[in-house]
Amino acid sequence: MDIPFTVEPRKDTGLFNAKVGIWLFLASEVMLFGALFSTYILLRVGAAPGDWPHGLLNIPLGMLNTIVLIVSSITVVMAWASLKMNNFARFRKFQAVTLMCSIAFLCIKSYEYHDKFTHYEVQLNDGKVLDGHMTESDAEKFEIHGHYVDKAEAAKVTHAWQEREVKEDHYTVKRSDVKYMESYGPWHNTYTAIYFTLTGLHALHVIGGALVIFMLWGPLAGMWKTDPERYTNRIEISGLFWHFVDLVWIFLFPVLYLL
Amino acid sequence: MSTQATSHAPAHAGAHDDHHEELGFLRKYIFSTDHKIIGIQYGITSLLFLFFGFGLMMMMRWSIAHPGTPIPLVGHLLEKMLGDTAAKGVMSPDLYNAFGAMHGTIMVFLGIVPLAFAAFGNYVVPLQIGAPDMAFPRINMASYQVYVIGGVVMLVSFFIPGGAAQAGWTSYSPLATAIASNGQTYWLIGMIFLITSSLLGAVNFLATIIQLRAPGMTWMRLPFFVWAQFVTGFLLLLAFPPLEAAGIMQLMDKVAHTSFFLPTGLAVSSLGHISGGGSPLLWQHLFWFLAHPEVYVLILPAMGIVTEILANNARKPIWGYKSLVYSILVLGFMSFIVWAHHMYLTGMGSRISTFFQTTTMIISIPSVIILTCLFLSLWGGSMRFNTPMLFVLAFLPMFGIGGLTGLPLGFNFSDLHLHDTYYVIAHFHYIVAPGTIFALFAGIYYWFPKATGRFMSEFWGKVHFVCSLVFMNAIFQPMFAQGMAGMLRRMGDGGINYAASTTGLANGLSDANIHMNQWVSIAAWCLGLSQIPFIINFFWSINHGKPVTNDNPWDATTLEWQTPTPPPHGNFTKALVVYRGPYEYSVPGAKKDFTPQNEP
Repeated sequence: MDIPFTVEPRKDTGLFNAKVGIWLFLASEVMLFGALFSTYILLRVGAAPGDWPHGLLNIPLGMLNTIVLIVSSITVVMAWASLKMNNFARFRKFQAVTLMCSIAFLCIKSYEYHDKFTHYEVQLNDGKVLDGHMTESDAEKFEIHGHYVDKAEAAKVTHAWQEREVKEDHYTVKRSDVKYMESYGPWHNTYTAIYFTLTGLHALHVIGGALVIFMLWGPLAGMWKTDPERYTNRIEISGLFWHFVDLVWIFLFPVLYLL
Repeated sequence: MSTQATSHAPAHAGAHDDHHEELGFLRKYIFSTDHKIIGIQYGITSLLFLFFGFGLMMMMRWSIAHPGTPIPLVGHLLEKMLGDTAAKGVMSPDLYNAFGAMHGTIMVFLGIVPLAFAAFGNYVVPLQIGAPDMAFPRINMASYQVYVIGGVVMLVSFFIPGGAAQAGWTSYSPLATAIASNGQTYWLIGMIFLITSSLLGAVNFLATIIQLRAPGMTWMRLPFFVWAQFVTGFLLLLAFPPLEAAGIMQLMDKVAHTSFFLPTGLAVSSLGHISGGGSPLLWQHLFWFLAHPEVYVLILPAMGIVTEILANNARKPIWGYKSLVYSILVLGFMSFIVWAHHMYLTGMGSRISTFFQTTTMIISIPSVIILTCLFLSLWGGSMRFNTPMLFVLAFLPMFGIGGLTGLPLGFNFSDLHLHDTYYVIAHFHYIVAPGTIFALFAGIYYWFPKATGRFMSEFWGKVHFVCSLVFMNAIFQPMFAQGMAGMLRRMGDGGINYAASTTGLANGLSDANIHMNQWVSIAAWCLGLSQIPFIINFFWSINHGKPVTNDNPWDATTLEWQTPTPPPHGNFTKALVVYRGPYEYSVPGAKKDFTPQNEP
């Protein structure tokens, strides 16, 4: 006996096996990201005023990335629809756009990560705190493009969209004047911790999804000739996963960038 | 033995290899995609882990009963393998902590879950629903391999500098993060593999049960074991990811120096500079959000096995099949909203405690319904007291004791006294050891003839049963008393120093209480010896047991007995249709006392 319903749907459930499988898998993914979003809420609610940074991220860049992912979601559907209409060449083109979008997304994300790793909080020996990006550095001194932090002013900021006046300037700091300094990596505070964990995990999903889409697009595309129906199903399954990855970002963007 | 003995015996000869070419040893037994082989792989691996986990406990029991003295027989071996932490064969407190943490981890995640869910589920579920294999055979193979990798990571962690994880199987932060060695990091990486494995398994089981039921196998004709596995699959699917998220965050705390679970103001030298702002309670919430459903992952497959064997050997339909099904669905759902009853002592607030103690009391109702249905099914049966049935009959009261002693822990006020004492250990071991493990033994004795074509020895099976039953109780009954008297868990010296302290609340720990440790330890070692007949019986019977005379040696109704013995690749030799429910035993007017599901 062979395994039934690998291609054609079962009558009473109306689904083929892999489709049941991917929906179950996505349900567990919802729980995975759900736990991390709950963590976000709990950490944010528990943070003292001023401890939770606002407006740390570049909103236009985040917006751009959102658009990139939405476009890729559209092209995934178009690619699948092309296969349904028996147009393999058009499928190839649309899916190529999807792949380029995924690469574009990852490039923008890496640029944003890099920006955080060059962003420093510098506690000086005289008690002042300098916050900004490191522009130059050598063994004795380094240059920060940023501002001095006023704790009381910072505590007044409760939303990312709040108007605030910050005077940015170049400051040269001698290393011997520094009491403690660290970049805005995951270790910096609970906000950067959850930011890097959530977006890092999401980026891993983007990479995984893009790899599967690429494999089906290139090396495994021969299946279109031998078993077109099953191939189309596989494209649909990979597309469902891609939509989920997109959807997670739709939640991530406002939660991390805008609120 | 049975009238419909070898109805498809002629088909055995060579019909199965006509479209399956002979596979090499590696493909057939190591990288197999056949659900039966994978089931057996899971079974043997998890039995080895169970014995290993029990071995850790037998060594710990020496340290509890005779603290500071060298462990006989294995002490020197420990020193050779692990170095200073077992100097002169004496178990150090660090080693005790590591063994304790790994005992829990191995028993739960590498022993019982893979045996109850993956091994029995893999072997039996596709057969019982009349499917040729699992829905995704290659994912099935991957899930076993990922499980083995997770197990290897856990085992390797014993030998790294500083040894294995020491913060208990619950791995509470900040303790787990603050211990300077890398054991916890290994533990977390191992857990991520194990979670991935059970995720793949759960998706596969659920898709199989939803999609691959044979024609006529409606939901209400499913054997109860399949229902149990179905609900278990959902628990694993939805409860494990939050622990994976928590594991990732604890790994970040450990490796990337974040502060997810480290509060502001925490000063521990091994941590260095931390940003703080995290929440230790968050870890507990995420952990127990998995670990309470996990309790039901441990018990539900056992209930399923018990139901199958009980109906078969009482020669009676199960009383209240539908009540069982609805109860187990309610149980599965409710198990997601009781987790914080493990956390009454954390100071999370009395209103939250009230909510969780209410849901905890509600969840006991479906459990009681299930147990009642099973007891009532015995009424008026014509019982066959073979080895599987004996284990099942012992399961019922043992699980009952485990369940009822859980009630005082579910109430906020009584839990304040009993929390973290030996009472808790006794309570959950009654559910898992003479409960689940007895059901698993029963399942092994019951399905062994299907997998091998031979019975296990009845005599040695009964010896195994009687000894196990006596010593299980001898271990865990005294612990109730010790716990109520105030003996705390996780004390490597068995409480001697605690009892000797003249300050604080320790005065209640009497000499008699401490002395009981020695008897409990003796019982534990005897329980270890009692498993020897089982191990020998298991391996000896594969080739030398009494051969079965037909494909349905227990005169059972469910579909797994309608296959050749052992079932070939693809399972069934002819297409089958299901016409009736799973437990049509002793139907009035029927020619024989059982009617298989596929009989028109």
